[in-house]
Amino acid sequence: MSHAHVIIIGGGIVGSACAHRLAATGWRVTLIERDTIGSGATAAGMGQVVALDDSPAEFALTADSQRRWHALGQANPLVHEYTPCGTIWVASDDEELAMAAAKVPNYHAAGLHAELLDAAALYRHEPNLRPGLPGGLRIAGDAVVYPSRSAAWLWQQTGGTLIHAEVSALHAGGVTLGDGRHLSADAVVLATGSRARDLVPALPIRPKKGHLVITDRYPDFIHHQVAEMGYVKNAHLTDVDSVAFNVQPRATGQILIGSCRQYDIHTPEVDPVMLGQMLQRCLEFMPALATLSSIRVWTGYRAATPDGQPLIGPHPHQPGLWLATGHEGLGITTSLGTADLLAALMNHTPPAIDPTPYLPSRFFSAT
Amino acid sequence: MATITVFINNHPYACDASTSVAGAIAQATHQLGATRQSVHGMPRTMLCGMGICFECRVTINGNAHQLACQTPVEAGMHITYWEGADA
Repeated sequence: MSHAHVIIIGGGIVGSACAHRLAATGWRVTLIERDTIGSGATAAGMGQVVALDDSPAEFALTADSQRRWHALGQANPLVHEYTPCGTIWVASDDEELAMAAAKVPNYHAAGLHAELLDAAALYRHEPNLRPGLPGGLRIAGDAVVYPSRSAAWLWQQTGGTLIHAEVSALHAGGVTLGDGRHLSADAVVLATGSRARDLVPALPIRPKKGHLVITDRYPDFIHHQVAEMGYVKNAHLTDVDSVAFNVQPRATGQILIGSCRQYDIHTPEVDPVMLGQMLQRCLEFMPALATLSSIRVWTGYRAATPDGQPLIGPHPHQPGLWLATGHEGLGITTSLGTADLLAALMNHTPPAIDPTPYLPSRFFSAT
Repeated sequence: MATITVFINNHPYACDASTSVAGAIAQATHQLGATRQSVHGMPRTMLCGMGICFECRVTINGNAHQLACQTPVEAGMHITYWEGADA
């Protein structure tokens, strides 16, 4: 246990979770947030808690985090709007169904639920899917949360000091605020998502813009988070604009509709062409969406890294600076695992999972 | 003036073919009573008549949350609105 002082920059879900974990392990915590706790990408995203097995590193962090969300959410479901609805990954052909079948043993080996659905089971769960689909993969342990509220709650537990300000520079042993004030600390954690390069320009982070639509209230229209199997292929592994079918039931009965990804768009307007492509993709899988009324559309920015894994750990060349950013579209899920990893590294205690794949040093040449 | 029949809460009603669903409800009930409930159970009714306030949402042919004031009536249309707890 230390009684050292840490400054965390960024009160999104990642910064708030890190504050929570560091405070619990003895740190005195100051959080600097320029807007409100749980704004930015935390407020713009879907709030899905999802275990993804597309790479060993991604699976280790998401599976660990899914368990942590389960514990947090079950203990206080109203605060987090924790809804353990599970995910159904929809296969669009027999090849994707075979891919789904191959995933089941991976999940079971990690101690997680996974169930292959044939067509009959798929339509029993989600009758609004278009006819003719061969089946899918159901991951019952996945959940939906309200991330802005979770971020606020996590921060409230710390008893730390909140400063509403913009950080203009990092320096050895602390930060400089926009009004010229200097704050010193034993450690600084940078958790500003896609804006991390404002303060550390060399970081390999690119903003990836997304659009979301929310509908009026249609309880029971869908029962799970429902996404196409091609989501990861379409969404994560390419450099070009992409869309993928991904819909989510909110506790209010509303439906969140996504998703799309665009690199190097730095303005937040809704792009009607991209939005049209996204909705068209969703209608291909769920035609009845066309009968629903949407009430709002907005955009946000994911913090993307070249290898799709976040940056968690010490900056290799700036002593005292720790990174917790680059979570792409998985920041809600992986915030809790990230916080545990970062705190373990900062406290020199054993982490729950191997931190190596997420260390920022992988992107820096040794000097 | 052409007249058509619509079904308002399952009752057939003959109305002007050129009116809106909101107009048909108002004519059928001779009043502007509550037509839906808020999330917290408060009565709501059509207000602006021009598609802005979203207070006139009703179910039309099974599709929920349709704007009554922006939807022309059609022959045989089924219109369902909330008639209140004691209706």
